[in-house]
Amino acid sequence: MKAYPHRHLLGIEELSPEHVQTILDTADGLREVLDRPIKKVPALRGKTVVNLFYEPSTRTRASFEVAEKVLSADSLSITTATSSVQKGETLLDTARNLEAMNPDMIVIRHSSSGAPHFLARHCRSAIVNAGDGAHEHPTQALLDALTLRQKKGRLKGLRVAIVGDLLHSRVMRSNVWLLTKMGADVVLCAPPTLVPPGIEALAPVTHRIDEAVEGADAVMMLRIQRERMTGGFYPSDREYHLRFGLTAARAARAKKDVLILHPGPMNRGVEIASEVADGPYSVILDQVTNGVAVRMAVLYLLLGGSAEAVA
Amino acid sequence: MSHPAGYLVRQELMDRERLARTLARMAHEIVERHPDMAGAALVGVRTRGVPLALRLAGLVKAACGVAPPVGALDITLYRDDLTMIAPHPVMKGTDIGFSIDHRTVVLVDDVLFTGRTVRAALDELVDFGRPARIELAVLVDRGHRELPIRADYVGKSLTTSRDDVVQVMLREEDGQDRVVLLEKERARSAAGKGRKKPVGRRRGTGSRKKGKGK
Repeated sequence: MKAYPHRHLLGIEELSPEHVQTILDTADGLREVLDRPIKKVPALRGKTVVNLFYEPSTRTRASFEVAEKVLSADSLSITTATSSVQKGETLLDTARNLEAMNPDMIVIRHSSSGAPHFLARHCRSAIVNAGDGAHEHPTQALLDALTLRQKKGRLKGLRVAIVGDLLHSRVMRSNVWLLTKMGADVVLCAPPTLVPPGIEALAPVTHRIDEAVEGADAVMMLRIQRERMTGGFYPSDREYHLRFGLTAARAARAKKDVLILHPGPMNRGVEIASEVADGPYSVILDQVTNGVAVRMAVLYLLLGGSAEAVA
Repeated sequence: MSHPAGYLVRQELMDRERLARTLARMAHEIVERHPDMAGAALVGVRTRGVPLALRLAGLVKAACGVAPPVGALDITLYRDDLTMIAPHPVMKGTDIGFSIDHRTVVLVDDVLFTGRTVRAALDELVDFGRPARIELAVLVDRGHRELPIRADYVGKSLTTSRDDVVQVMLREEDGQDRVVLLEKERARSAAGKGRKKPVGRRRGTGSRKKGKGK
């Protein structure tokens, strides 16, 4: 038995390597449930989870919903496009009103960094960060790590290149925290306009993709987040692809058994060529399956046990 | 493997040899009830039910020539106290690599106590199919049932006090084969001289020795 002391999952930064390990081990144990003839276990019967999404999402929201259903929690999903947020309700008011319905957990995605932390201070529910601004996306990093560990058997000592729109990427931040905590070597790569200031304190940065990919055990491609770009960060999609896109020729510079990851959604022909995305080294769909297992583990660890220690 | 903190060994219930003999007898009882073992399977409840099920399967094969398939059941997600316990049980996963439909499934666990583990195991098992029949084999039945559940094959029955712990150690998990009855340390040190053990010990079995270390 292992103690899992956190009440919320707000980010990877504050987790210890042991806690990351506990989440990954739990996810490994839970993944088997998805292959059962009846994909439902009564573990979280009677628990209510609210999925509160202030930004669009396919994978993250669907996989939280699947994880909740498999564990028998009751869930409701609120997307802002069809909610009273359109009428000007504040985040705190929305959260307080939802809390009045007695949920046990709120899963939140928000465009502002720190929104989940804000809710954690004001709500009694357990809060799970499903992506906050350009800050963190902890369950994505956990599912990436689970995929790497599953395919490579370890995280320690792996060389992982993270390439793409670093500036707007919460996925990159969570992954850098997680991978460096677990002893992997991370190298970041982006055009100078898409490198957030200060990031080189966490991992080395290069502006040449060939250099980043060279000898890598895994290459994690990041989406160009056009919806967050207000200026000209690069001349054109075509030129970005020529300079920073992952093509089969570039992927060949990595180790022979390289893994290609992408958190989705992909811009085919921009950051990643279709031949790579659909190629033999791509584990992009394994990531999605593992995403359900990781979210089940987070739900189980945050809602399954009692906060008070029982002898 | 050491004993849980705050507990002392009161009695040795089985050593390696006695455990082996007990399992051999249980295997024969299983074969007696299912002579050809066709359509039978063993499913061990994690953690120690699994090595016990594997050993029983080996003994069954020696007795009748047919090795029944063996599965492993992790009942964590079916526990009725999941939201009350801390810390979290570590998930090891269920692994049943065969269809249980129309089979006789013998559930195997180390200790039968309140019956709640068996209740969870039954609930989980029926989510995997519709067995023709489910039976229960336990190495030790220590009483104190909280549910109407009984075992079909019992290695050893004994009367215990509720606070006691029956610890089954198996070489696959713990490096040695041994079954011991543990009692709480404070029962010995805190209880006054005139006070006897609080509960239990209504009926003695022939093999029972005087408690150790008292």
